[in-house]
Amino acid sequence: MSLCLLCEEETNRQMTWRQFFTLVELPLLCGKCLQPFERITGECCRLCSRPLAVLDASFSIDGVCHDCVRWEKESLYKGVLSGNVSLYMYNEAMKAFIARFKYRGDYLLAKAFAEEVRQAARKIPHDMVVPVPLSEERLRERGFNQAEALAREAGMKPVNVLERSHAEKQSKKSREERLRGAQVFRLKENSSVHRKTILLIDDIYTTGATVRYIAYVLKQAGAAGVTSLTLARGQGREREAVLEE
Amino acid sequence: MNSNPLSSVASFLSGRLLLEEELPFSLPDSSVDILQGITSRNHSFYCSRCGNDREERFAFFPCARCGTSCPYCRHCLMMGRISGCSRLIRWTGPEPPVEGDGTLQWSGRLSEGQLAASVAVKKAVQEKGECLIWAVCGAGKTEVLFQGVEEALLSGKRACIATPRTDVVLELAPRLQRVFPGIRVTALYGGSPDRHVYSPLVVSTTHQLFRFLEAFDVMIVDEVDAFPYSYDASLQFATQKARKPESSLIYLTATPNEAWQEECRSGKRPFVKIPARFHRQPLPVPVMTWCGRWRRAIEKGKLPPVVKEWTLQRLKDGKQALLFFPHIDLMEQALPLFQAFHPHVEAVHAEDLKRKEKVTLMREKKLALLLSTTILERGVTFPNIDVAVIGAEDDVFTESALVQIAGRAGRSAEFPDGEVRLFHFGRTRAMMKAVDHIRQMNKEGLEKGWLDR
Repeated sequence: MSLCLLCEEETNRQMTWRQFFTLVELPLLCGKCLQPFERITGECCRLCSRPLAVLDASFSIDGVCHDCVRWEKESLYKGVLSGNVSLYMYNEAMKAFIARFKYRGDYLLAKAFAEEVRQAARKIPHDMVVPVPLSEERLRERGFNQAEALAREAGMKPVNVLERSHAEKQSKKSREERLRGAQVFRLKENSSVHRKTILLIDDIYTTGATVRYIAYVLKQAGAAGVTSLTLARGQGREREAVLEE
Repeated sequence: MNSNPLSSVASFLSGRLLLEEELPFSLPDSSVDILQGITSRNHSFYCSRCGNDREERFAFFPCARCGTSCPYCRHCLMMGRISGCSRLIRWTGPEPPVEGDGTLQWSGRLSEGQLAASVAVKKAVQEKGECLIWAVCGAGKTEVLFQGVEEALLSGKRACIATPRTDVVLELAPRLQRVFPGIRVTALYGGSPDRHVYSPLVVSTTHQLFRFLEAFDVMIVDEVDAFPYSYDASLQFATQKARKPESSLIYLTATPNEAWQEECRSGKRPFVKIPARFHRQPLPVPVMTWCGRWRRAIEKGKLPPVVKEWTLQRLKDGKQALLFFPHIDLMEQALPLFQAFHPHVEAVHAEDLKRKEKVTLMREKKLALLLSTTILERGVTFPNIDVAVIGAEDDVFTESALVQIAGRAGRSAEFPDGEVRLFHFGRTRAMMKAVDHIRQMNKEGLEKGWLDR
């Protein structure tokens, strides 16, 4: 007996004897709700796991997508991020899911893909898990940090070593300003990431700016390496879209 | 907004139950009560906004605000999360005075049936009573409310018309605004721009009533038998919570459920019946036609011969038809079979993003056939159509669903006839009850002299 976290219908109408005896984890979403989510598969950008199949061939060089090539040309950010893994496309279903989880604050949804997050994290070498932080103000408003929730529900022990200042929306700035502009992320006092191999967790990778800003800060503070893992991956179309908390 | 700052706070808060975060100003020092968002009641949680007390509809999160594992209500989450440390605000100061002139500006004439119901509504408003208006599809329910609403407005009362669906709010609000030009009519639905406006006449989705508390002197509930109102106890709770303890309660429907019908018959429930349409023509009575294993036929890429024949006849006559299916999957499998007959055929269902466009195309006569799930069973009016149900024996076609579906035909005075055909693979009780229901209404309409034939 288990109800779908999204539609409250029974997820598993016939429980098999095997499930009954082995206590296999029952699915948290029903088949109908799960169906429109689109797991990222096939050939992806070596750096950011953006599917290359949907991109025009001219938008990737040597298995690296155009956006990442651009990032790697920036002296500040070159090489700061070892890579990014994203699990699902940010399609309509994921958009609605994240809206309910993060903006409406349905914390329970952090469990929905927890098993997949856990399995993906296991494949990425790391000795410290860091969630992308929210500003104090935003955290109080939301009540929880969605990135931390994803990590925690996947059985990780996230460490909040970062602070974020409440800055104006990144979308109001030009790309150049964003690249050079004020860092909104800082290492907290008395925190250390020295020689740590860090797994950075966030809900969605859109332009890749957030994770690179943070990777830069962490590397400056002595981190050995930074890889990010996000539940969703924005499509190319909105690659210059808002960098939101 | 009023120029006096305190009275604008009063008009914002009066009759509402809002989360502190929903206030666009800081919490007033006086004249407000603060309710805890979630309380415990006999070992279970209770949401102060939606009344949810089901254990499985609460979850916990590590709350950054209160530092505890804080419970939150998943039932009304989409209206802004209510958690253990949330504060709900209600106004305890005086109600703001009603502004404007609530005189009715309408020159239309009520049919005899409408008039009887209108008198009953007015009486319920005056006496703070309760009344059910049982009016057939196409009776003209809205006009029945006019005089009662006027009575309420002129005596300084606040009235609300609640309906399950946003489409209906959007259609009803401007109609009421036209006939009550001296006051502001507000339309409330998810994302509505009128959210913060105080007005003596509110047209709202039943969901939005969660944000009210003891606000209305007159509560009118449209389509009481319709999903989700009939199905979701919390919406019934919301309706009760939004009306004042002493207030009028008026229900409107074409298809009261069995329990209500029985209460009407035994005299336990005050009601007025309008068995006839405003155009004085009888309701089309559905014809039942056995169509064999229609499901298997469609799966094999064929239509049952009787269905095919019926459809081709409409296409030949150039008469538009609405065809209902019990499930989306089957409807979508059937769609190409109909499109093979005619290029202008579409199908709609609840989650269809192009639903509005397709309904508009049908209304503009740019479609020959429109296939639909039960989503179009209510509210939509096409002037001159025939209606068919494919698989009328399915459980989704309850008596009330079939009566509503049949009610789509013959709506306009110009084209009062329309055929309603129930294609089935075995008659059900619901089908027979629906046919009886419609026959009974026609009989009563004739007896009262409210029908021309």
